[in-house]
Amino acid sequence: MATVSEPPQGGFRLSQLIYDTRYRSMTIQIVTLIGVLSLIYWLGANVAYNLAALGKPIDFTFLWAPANYDINQMLIKYDSQDSHARAALVGLLNTLLVAVLGCVLATVVGVIVGVLRLSSNWLVARVMTVYVEAFRNVPVLLWIVLAMAILIEALPQPRDFRGDDPAASMLFDAVAFTNRGIYLPEPLFTRSLGEVPFFGIFDISLDLLALLAVLAAGMLAVRAIGRRAERIQNATGDRPTTWYLSLGVIALPVLVLLALLGFHLGYPELKGFNFAGGIYLRNSFIALWLALSLYTAAFIAEIVRGGIIAISKGQSEAAAALGLRPNRTMRLVILPQALRVIIPPLISQYLNLTKNSSLAIGVGYMDLTGTLMGTSLNLSGRELECVMLTMLIYLAISLVISGVFNLYNQRVKLKER
Amino acid sequence: MTKTVFWGVLAAAGVAAGMVSANTLDDVKARGELICGTNTGLVGFAAPDANGRYEGFDVAWCRAVAAAIFGDPEKIEFKPLTTTNRFTALAAGEVDLVVRNTTWTFTRDVDLKLDFVGVNYYDGQGFMVPKELGVTSARELDGATVCIQKGTTTELNLSDFFRANNISYEPVPIETNAEAQQQYLAGACDVYTTDASGLAATRASFEAPGDHIILPEIVSKEPLGPLVRHGDSDWADLVRWVHNALLAAEELGVTSANIEELSASTENPEIARLLGTEGNLGEMLGLSADWAKNAIKAEGNYGEIFEKYIGEGTPIGLARGLNAQWTEGGLQYAPPFR
Repeated sequence: MATVSEPPQGGFRLSQLIYDTRYRSMTIQIVTLIGVLSLIYWLGANVAYNLAALGKPIDFTFLWAPANYDINQMLIKYDSQDSHARAALVGLLNTLLVAVLGCVLATVVGVIVGVLRLSSNWLVARVMTVYVEAFRNVPVLLWIVLAMAILIEALPQPRDFRGDDPAASMLFDAVAFTNRGIYLPEPLFTRSLGEVPFFGIFDISLDLLALLAVLAAGMLAVRAIGRRAERIQNATGDRPTTWYLSLGVIALPVLVLLALLGFHLGYPELKGFNFAGGIYLRNSFIALWLALSLYTAAFIAEIVRGGIIAISKGQSEAAAALGLRPNRTMRLVILPQALRVIIPPLISQYLNLTKNSSLAIGVGYMDLTGTLMGTSLNLSGRELECVMLTMLIYLAISLVISGVFNLYNQRVKLKER
Repeated sequence: MTKTVFWGVLAAAGVAAGMVSANTLDDVKARGELICGTNTGLVGFAAPDANGRYEGFDVAWCRAVAAAIFGDPEKIEFKPLTTTNRFTALAAGEVDLVVRNTTWTFTRDVDLKLDFVGVNYYDGQGFMVPKELGVTSARELDGATVCIQKGTTTELNLSDFFRANNISYEPVPIETNAEAQQQYLAGACDVYTTDASGLAATRASFEAPGDHIILPEIVSKEPLGPLVRHGDSDWADLVRWVHNALLAAEELGVTSANIEELSASTENPEIARLLGTEGNLGEMLGLSADWAKNAIKAEGNYGEIFEKYIGEGTPIGLARGLNAQWTEGGLQYAPPFR
């Protein structure tokens, strides 16, 4: 009679891979891995085979051929004889421009709306609710196209500014709102320091660098003043008034530098078919920027509201007990704590905005999808190469954004010791 | 057993989906309809009518090819393509042929691996401006804002023209003709530039066509024609000879009105070969003997199609010009059917 505790006879059998719980999960994982890898291999091999059959093997040399097309909005010098790679760089900078400005505006609007949604003023809170619901429940492409249509149809044409009794006129003789975009006065320097080439890719204005350097020095001085005020406050209990000192160390050097450089404004003026001079914000840029910002701001508002609600009511009651006024309570007590809740979802909104900027194609804004994945793709016929490159670039941008903000998150999150 | 069958079917389906087919004609016959890539909307060339049925000069080529294959011009599906996705759609096999006022150029033919089979309209790039601007020549357009369709040869010609004349411009890239029309009419651009035929067609759809002029400069050669994927010469031959059949029919005096009569009793051996009552041209293409007869019957011969959709009797009002038969001093010339 065999006992129950007798160990099983014989060595390892193949069926154990399926029926023995010790091995089963390993088996399933290995089989799945093999399946996934062979699927990827099959897809890749198929693409390579089909492209070879079409006579179009993967080839990136087209990037160095002349692009032959013009781009309207250029942050760096570009003309139609430059390469596709440079056209892609122009597009990439346009993408980054609208993404960065979009993130800034979306954050400002989002925080204000998020705070106002919690306002005890019934009207303000309801208006903000309507804003949030309207923007986040309609696809962003529609907002972009709508913004563009409004700009084109509602604003006057440049030729309406012409004549003795024009149908339209410039604001303060300095700003022109037209259906091709907005013309603003531009800063000019009579004694400009010139430009230096940056690795031969683009030129950096020395005037701008000088201004930034002076501003940075001013910031450092302000911090020193702040530290001194802190010391005096800790020692005597009285905080000295410092705002005029701070203003002085920031504004005075900048004003002196501007005077030295011979700063003046260049105003746009009607010339030929268009306004000439000044800074030209194209309507495609404005439409994309506003629509993306307002759309994303609706989500950010909800994130901010959620973050504020997450802070226990005791915190604001304690602040009130200490005699802080409501706006200081918000700025000094609630928001710093709410940031811990707000930052992680905020990062994903920034990523969304950056990726949504590829909808620029709907209004003809020449971003990365308009250049590399639009006209360059079309002219060179290198679909796969252009799509892969564009995907890689967006991936890199997104990883950089989330990397930077994760670092910031590390700094503001609750320190557990 | 069932599992084996399942995996087998899945694998077979995957392999089939992944293959670029080498024989387009067999695929089209098996599918039972032709898929033709055409314009998203350009009045006269390709645009849906009030009932949503695609009509126009380019569309007539699609219908003629469908009729040559199936004997029925309605066995066809239209895929509206933009200037930016037309080549990708053709290369990926989404469409069997593209007839979408597309310019035949070296790089498109050689580098993009497309095959242009003929020229159905000899065109050139022109400029349209509102009359009130007082512009009479394209050389006066210094500083103008120009609406232009993305990814077209016109985009390149525009750049070349302004460079060559050393004048500046501001390009406004747009996706479709309708969008260009909206921006141009709102005054968001001063000039709209595309092929002169396209300008005429666009102007014809304006409320006040008389307020706009097309400038005299034609800055490029734009031979427009049907195109197919590179690598299937049999299919390219078929589309090329349907095109030639439409041209030859006009030259030989075969119209949709007299085609039945002629096919029954023609003395002219070339007409007999064309219409399939003599010889076996259809068989050589893998089609029935009356392929060309069906193609011509679909919308008429070249001249009939031209007059019906874009000729001087239509709102678009284009003269035959370069597109007259070679016998009339034009460039349209079909190789012999023998």
